[in-house]
Amino acid sequence: MALLEVDDLTTYFHTRDGVVRAVDGVSFTVDRGETLGIVGESGSGKSVTCYSLLRLIPEPPGRIERGTAMFDGRDLLWLSRSELRKVRGKRISMIFQDPMTSLNPYLRISTQLIEALQTHEDISHRDALKRATAALEEVGIPEASKRVTRYPHEFSGGMRQRVMIAMALITEPDLLIADEPTTALDVTVQAQILEIIKQRQNDLGTAVILVTHDLGVVAGTCDKVLVMYGGREMESGTAEEVFYAPRHPYTRALQKTIPSLQAKGQELYTIPGLPPDVSKPIDRCAFYPRCPYPKTGKPAGERPQLEEITPGHCWAACGYCDSDAPIETVLARADEVVDDALPVEGETPA
Amino acid sequence: MTRFIAKRVLQGILVLLAIYAVTFFLVAATPGSPFSTERAIDPVILKQIEAFYGYDKPTSERFVTSLVNVLNGEFGPSAVYANRTVTQIIAESFPVSLKLGSLSLLLALGIGIPAGIVAAVKRNTWLDYVPMSVSMAGICLPTFVMGPLLALVFGLILNWLPVGGWFGPEFVILPTATLGFYYAAYFARLTRGGMLEMLNQDWVRTARAKGVKESTIVWKHCLKGGLIPAITFLGPALAGIISGSFVVETIFQVPGLGQWFVRAALNRDDFLVLGLTVLFATLIVIMNLLVDIVQVALNPRLKYD
Repeated sequence: MALLEVDDLTTYFHTRDGVVRAVDGVSFTVDRGETLGIVGESGSGKSVTCYSLLRLIPEPPGRIERGTAMFDGRDLLWLSRSELRKVRGKRISMIFQDPMTSLNPYLRISTQLIEALQTHEDISHRDALKRATAALEEVGIPEASKRVTRYPHEFSGGMRQRVMIAMALITEPDLLIADEPTTALDVTVQAQILEIIKQRQNDLGTAVILVTHDLGVVAGTCDKVLVMYGGREMESGTAEEVFYAPRHPYTRALQKTIPSLQAKGQELYTIPGLPPDVSKPIDRCAFYPRCPYPKTGKPAGERPQLEEITPGHCWAACGYCDSDAPIETVLARADEVVDDALPVEGETPA
Repeated sequence: MTRFIAKRVLQGILVLLAIYAVTFFLVAATPGSPFSTERAIDPVILKQIEAFYGYDKPTSERFVTSLVNVLNGEFGPSAVYANRTVTQIIAESFPVSLKLGSLSLLLALGIGIPAGIVAAVKRNTWLDYVPMSVSMAGICLPTFVMGPLLALVFGLILNWLPVGGWFGPEFVILPTATLGFYYAAYFARLTRGGMLEMLNQDWVRTARAKGVKESTIVWKHCLKGGLIPAITFLGPALAGIISGSFVVETIFQVPGLGQWFVRAALNRDDFLVLGLTVLFATLIVIMNLLVDIVQVALNPRLKYD
């Protein structure tokens, strides 16, 4: 049985301007020790998916509407508050996007590092402090015994993210959720941080959910990939399959945006248009308005069903575009496409 | 830290000297004199009075003499109340204001800060709406409305408490309540704002993700930073509140310092004006220094320098 089995996870935000369907029926599994990458552009629901698992979304306005997230035989989405607290930080830990704001500037690093230990384990202050120092050493912070009592502002961004990793893994959790752990960091530090996560994962056998908008990162670190768009799953499968044989037009377009895969001197490819407005119900493929592929029919009034191409490799089969067309011809007409795709009947352009 | 305090004390002394000089010359430049009255005074007597208070000398010379006296702790005689020195007047009335002020401040902090914390933690519930509406009313109602209202209800209608004077513990209650509630309202709103800002920070989410209890998040993670706005306001508030409120002291006939601020100015009692100014300025300087020290103690990102 998988360590985490998420089925039909649906999180809406009930705001004054309407219902924002941030996550709309997403399913995935994570096995022990495995790395799942969740990819998508801003607003695709990646982070909300993660926050929903630990129920960290602000409620209200957020609400988990339906779905299950079976973790070790228990449904995370419907645990009681006190049961949930026993899971948070002990069985499942989290690293956040911005290390500059995710550490409390009023408390020493040591206080924050040992907090999870003291919350979940019966441990003396001295032993906890020892483990905190060791944890800092393990993520490559020099002079850990001296720096453990410092405050967050005395660390650089990359060092703070190392502290966050040490803090998340100090209880040796079964699952680590890393929500864009490198987005806010210098490019030079990004690779180091991913390397540390990978290394600690190997040491501890922790499963990792890595949220990112960088397909390149996914290819290098993940076993499985889930591509999200407009709060929905577009494609999922092993990293190899999704990366080398992408099926969904969105995955293909996303792949085209990786600068290093393009010839030098060529203009960088960007997906035309804007992410969908998820505060209105979308009764077709969420990517349809921006899809650069030639349309073969009118989109029906229903969401595309997931279709399995090879075992474990799924895509939201839309069926209203000729997704077998060669990508070069598609890109050639990409710019005009947006113009004739946007004013679909009953839809106002963003 | 010692260097920081020494530096700030020195700065404070310079500020006080500047304030003294400015006040002195402003008072000296004001038309009229403490001795001009409606009745005609014999010029000979006036000359003698002026000579007694040193007013026959040029302003610059008077300034030097008075400054030397003040540095020696001698504020001189009252120019209007014969046989009373400025020091005597302050010594009589300041303890009264100090008592009223400290009690009011305790009340203000004791009610305002817990109310602000509760309102922030339980935001958008009745535990937020009720205290915040009350505090909005508390800020909007001036003390000269609140004071007579309390006096009317608790003094005249219910007949529980005396409405004026300063003769025993029961006389303290109404003025303390009037002054205290006013400041409690401010502290409640400032604390709520500070706590809300802290509770919305990313690190609170980090703490929640670690499985930390909500109560621990409030006390351990948010309280320090959340109190900073209230503490910043505390400095000037403290100086103002313990040096007496003219309105509250007048309403309840409290023989405190507040009335003297007004009387000294109206009477052109130059020495008293200067004495009170020095007292008030010193309080402000000391309180601000204390507030700065507390702020550095609360916020590790600040340093003494």
